[in-house]
Amino acid sequence: MPARLKTLLTRLRQAANLMVGLPDYRTYVQHRQTHHPGEPIMTYAAFFRNRQAARYGGDNARISRCC
Amino acid sequence: MTRVLPKLGWFVVAAVGAVAFGVVGLSRGETISALWLVTAAVCTFLIAFRFYGLYIAEKVLGTDAGRATPAVRLNDGLDYVPTNKYVLFGHHFAAIAGAGPLVGPVLAAQMGYLPGTLWILAGVVFAGGVQDFVVLLLSTRRDGRSVGDMIRSEIGPLAGAVASIGLLLIMIILLAVLAMVVVKALAASPWGTFTVAATIPTALIMGVYVRFVRPGKVAEMSAIGVVLLAAALFYGQIVSESPTMAPLFTLDGVSLAYMLIIYGFVASVLPVWLLLAPRDYLSTFLKVGTILALAIGILLVQPQLKMPALTKFIDGTGPVFAGGLFPFLFITIACGAVSGFHALIASGTTPKMLENETQARFIGYGGMLMEAGVAVMAMIAASVLEPGVYFAMNSPAGVIGGDAVQAAQTVSGWGFVVTPDTLTQIAHDIGESSILSRTGGAPTLAVGMASIFQGFLGGPESMALWYHFAILFEALFILTTVDAGTRVAGFMIQDLVGMAVPSFRQTRSWVNNVIGSAVAAAAWGYFLVVGVTDPLGGIYTLWPLFGIANQMLAGVALVLCSVILFKMKRQRYAWVTLLPTVWLLVCTVTAGFQKVFDARPAIGFLAQSRKFAAALADGKVLGPAKSLDQMAQVVFNAKVDLVMTSLFLVVVISMIVFGVLAVRKALASPNVTTHEVIGLADEGQAHARPA
Repeated sequence: MPARLKTLLTRLRQAANLMVGLPDYRTYVQHRQTHHPGEPIMTYAAFFRNRQAARYGGDNARISRCC
Repeated sequence: MTRVLPKLGWFVVAAVGAVAFGVVGLSRGETISALWLVTAAVCTFLIAFRFYGLYIAEKVLGTDAGRATPAVRLNDGLDYVPTNKYVLFGHHFAAIAGAGPLVGPVLAAQMGYLPGTLWILAGVVFAGGVQDFVVLLLSTRRDGRSVGDMIRSEIGPLAGAVASIGLLLIMIILLAVLAMVVVKALAASPWGTFTVAATIPTALIMGVYVRFVRPGKVAEMSAIGVVLLAAALFYGQIVSESPTMAPLFTLDGVSLAYMLIIYGFVASVLPVWLLLAPRDYLSTFLKVGTILALAIGILLVQPQLKMPALTKFIDGTGPVFAGGLFPFLFITIACGAVSGFHALIASGTTPKMLENETQARFIGYGGMLMEAGVAVMAMIAASVLEPGVYFAMNSPAGVIGGDAVQAAQTVSGWGFVVTPDTLTQIAHDIGESSILSRTGGAPTLAVGMASIFQGFLGGPESMALWYHFAILFEALFILTTVDAGTRVAGFMIQDLVGMAVPSFRQTRSWVNNVIGSAVAAAAWGYFLVVGVTDPLGGIYTLWPLFGIANQMLAGVALVLCSVILFKMKRQRYAWVTLLPTVWLLVCTVTAGFQKVFDARPAIGFLAQSRKFAAALADGKVLGPAKSLDQMAQVVFNAKVDLVMTSLFLVVVISMIVFGVLAVRKALASPNVTTHEVIGLADEGQAHARPA
């Protein structure tokens, strides 16, 4: 697959996920490995739950969508 | 050469745009192609983005590529993540695009397509885009803090408290109005009701799948959801034709209203992963997909606009909403031109993911231009209908009567010739029993969308399927706003009450959440039921109230932007935000005062309640009310609406006072008095120092 097409597909996948409030998991893992080496990293399932709770959670409840 | 060519290109864009505007503005008596409207809009957007947007970025705000954004400084891989600008654009657009830009233009079409379109274009360039862009950047420079937070810290705690009460009132009216759009679309429609009801079990299945069966597999879950929705859409037709099942799903407005209230409450207190979140996923993807499909459809089918450019209803006597062109057109189209709610989104998750300050123009200003494009498409969809059909669908039953013959006669009498046969034929084509008085915008938009979609996929036989697809699309994301909004309004109530009773603020307490959500659902439910049973038709009364509220919120956000520009000592550029602030405040305050004090009972709540109260005292029944009970109801409703409008006026006028005081204080100080976080890109992670 040409590199450009691959980038495009990655971006589309990331955009679709972020539209529903799910950031990129690979970026998260890379961030943890680079900046917090040796500290625990959430599994994808845990990451998903964490983000879902954050999107609708009570602690920083905000309006995530418009009229 | 390389410098000349781009300039020449912009000249061509301007020339094409001018020609398109000429055609749109000057054609009289003949129909024009929708493509002219699209061309005029696209040229406006391109020029506005390239020139005005850049001016705001470079001169007014001074966006700086070397200044680290919170996403870079506070990067945690979760909330704060530097994100590719196209990916973030998708996130931002999905959050701001909702039912507002689709419904407002449909209602505004009663004055013809021209006034609404011009306001959408002028409004987005000088008001909506400016608000979204400036709020996004100001929030980015304050670690992604919310508009409410910024009002508290930049203007004062009292201003913050007033703004949060205003926000709660707006939420309540918004939820009531949106729920009413759904009620009006589903009443007496077994096909629509069945399809929308089927989204609840669909969401439950999706929720369980993505949490337990295949955790986090959003794509698989969404595919399952889409298949189930399509099945529900096809099966809905069978239900609507079945003598045993159709009555089960044929509901009147009042029962639907109570069901929605119960649904909104239950969905907001259940665990979010079960119902609220999967519904959100489904509606988001469906929404973005359908908007793209509609854009493609308009380009392929190139429909003719049958609505005149201007109708006689610019004088304020129209049946869809009351009030003249000024100020009510500018209230009716809120989202799409300028929407106060966007200030909440632009100071929400988006600023925490902005990779670089210089991308704020693309995300904030560009995102809003795209939303205006959606509003123009809605205007097109409403204008491709025969005007007679449009008015038969959007006038309250009290005005045009309940049967096709009487309705056709009334509407033809206004100069929009339509036969009873046409009205019954269209109802038959879309698989409904009647299209009369299906107010609220959604059914009109659905008929317009169906006629565009069938033009390139499926042909005339597919009208009914496309119509119900469009209803499903609108109802689905409105209901998502209703359940998520009830939850947020519940939190807001907890927060406000928490000022007096601190323990109630505990958002982790389930009991508190239940109480908060119950109060929220009861509040918007009250306005919903009142609106549904209102003899004047709820949309006629409530939509202007919602418009006033939303524009007022935009006014508040723009007051904040202006105050901050003064505190930054950039007052020579403050006209950029002051111009839309003044315009919005003039519109909302004029509209608010007219709604309260106007002597015409059709517009002024005070005059309306007096007129009906006087007739009631004499034992007389005035149309459209049919009984003394309904008369009393009109009087009471007018009083409640009066109180709401007055509260909005108090909020907006006190915000003006707070704003003027803050500006005077800023001018008196020789120094910059605002508090920005200055992050330097080369100083590594998590470095910040106050200004």
